[in-house]
Amino acid sequence: MTVLRSLFRQPSALFGLAVVLVVVVLALAAPLVAPFNPDEQMFDGLTLEGAPMPPGGQFLLGTDTLGRDLLSRMLYGARTSLIIGLVANGIAVAIGLFIGIVAGYLRGFMGNVLMRFTDLMMAFPALLLAIVLAALMKPSLWIVAMVIALVNWVQVARIVYTETRGLVERDFIMAERSLGAGHGRILLLHILPHLIPTAIVWGTLGIATTVLLEATLSFLGIGVQPPQPSWGNIIFESQSYFQAAPWLVFFPGMVILLTALAFNLVGDALRDILDPTQRGRG
Amino acid sequence: MVILLCKRLAQAFLILLGVAAITFVLLYALPADPARMIAGRSATAQTVASIRHELGLDQPLLVQFWTYLTGLLQGDLGRSYAQKTEVWTLIAARLPATLTLMAAGIFVEVVLGITFGTIAAVRRGSFVDRLVMTASFVGVSAPQFVAALLLLYVFAVTLGWFPMSGYGSFAHIVLPALTLGILGAGWYARMVRSAMIEVLNQDYVRTARAKGLSSRRIIFRHALPNAILPIIAMIGIDIGQFMGGVVVVEAVYGWPGIGQLAWQAIQQVDIPIIMGVTLTSALAIVAGNLLADLIAPVIDPRIRTS
Repeated sequence: MTVLRSLFRQPSALFGLAVVLVVVVLALAAPLVAPFNPDEQMFDGLTLEGAPMPPGGQFLLGTDTLGRDLLSRMLYGARTSLIIGLVANGIAVAIGLFIGIVAGYLRGFMGNVLMRFTDLMMAFPALLLAIVLAALMKPSLWIVAMVIALVNWVQVARIVYTETRGLVERDFIMAERSLGAGHGRILLLHILPHLIPTAIVWGTLGIATTVLLEATLSFLGIGVQPPQPSWGNIIFESQSYFQAAPWLVFFPGMVILLTALAFNLVGDALRDILDPTQRGRG
Repeated sequence: MVILLCKRLAQAFLILLGVAAITFVLLYALPADPARMIAGRSATAQTVASIRHELGLDQPLLVQFWTYLTGLLQGDLGRSYAQKTEVWTLIAARLPATLTLMAAGIFVEVVLGITFGTIAAVRRGSFVDRLVMTASFVGVSAPQFVAALLLLYVFAVTLGWFPMSGYGSFAHIVLPALTLGILGAGWYARMVRSAMIEVLNQDYVRTARAKGLSSRRIIFRHALPNAILPIIAMIGIDIGQFMGGVVVVEAVYGWPGIGQLAWQAIQQVDIPIIMGVTLTSALAIVAGNLLADLIAPVIDPRIRTS
């Protein structure tokens, strides 16, 4: 509760929280609020010359090159972005937590192997790896989520590793161990709870990264495949048309930016609140 | 120092070896079949099989990897499947364009980052500070391709100041460099700000103030040089980031660098080129980090002693 109260006290965090809330509600309520069927290619959705309709009038944000309502597509696209954001980042945080905790707790040979592997992954060009993986597999929503998770867990693992190592040295863990507690008990009851703030912070910040990565992959045509709308593939589909119909790039681009910004703002504020040592730092 | 350097170099070598191994296994395991891709859609099973044999793709994974590795250790990245040229020749031909773009992008980042980070730190808590911090957050949250397309729309399509795409003159590099630089400057500005705030609170800065030095002299001569260290580390990391991230910007602006080469190769399942570009990028990441670690003690003697 105190966390929420502190969040409310920061205007930027409050703004981020509001945007996140609006995006989530609109995504959930997409079938109710969308004015048209997002996949319907409407006859009156194109001008007489067959060009997309500009914003205003019946189609609030205009139509795309196939005469589909842009607003409706963007509302359904929000679902895609959020599903991938939550699933991909959830998996990434879970992998990161698991590897970080195991490596930090066990140390020794296994811990060393795991951390060297993490170092290795740090040297991988993440975006390039994601592009290669996504392009060479048959792209679908779940493949995209998996690919993003595979490149995004590394940072979480490193941070969790450092924190776990610090925790293991602490007296209360030593006391617990001398009382005869097993590894499972120590890990689940004493170490994991201390890592929850980290998981929450990275669970939030990571969604911003994930939303951007999904949009980038979809923009390159190797992410979520049309006709299923995603903010990235709306821009991909209309890219060649953007000189004549800039709104097809502008509106989806702005919601990608706003959503990523909102999750970043909330995550950054959470980090300040949950980890006082980081307060005021970059 | 020499021992440390040797250790770090050995470490870097092992990491590159690991990157090669993982990329190799990943590309091997993926469902895309380069032989079928080269043969074309109407090819018979026999043609596909003979191409596969010709490329050595019918051999066991370990044998293929060994062949690749021994080649790699002799500086041979293999031959492109589609273009029938040495991969290294292709990469070397594209590298100058990417390096130019990278240098221009980092230049924009550093200039913007130091300027606005310093302003924000000096005017800490003011409206300007909040504006800079907000802008930096927007920058790091913006997708590169959206920024690229918007800059294109405003400065190339509407105003016509710069060409839409291509390579060759100074005007060509402005928009891609701005795309990379404006977005990335957010990280630099935040970092410079927090480093400057820390330095400005130090005793020696107070002493300088007490001596009656002008604030300009204090900021530029006394504070900034000590706040520059994180920037150096950041540039090192950035070099790696750029190499991985140029695919998008090079695709939008038609910039003939290794990002474009990789993007074409990915669509043709041209595995040797994909391997080559991945390794080049990994090399840049490792080298960037190493460079940052090596330069740090030269700039800051405090690190040398510890």
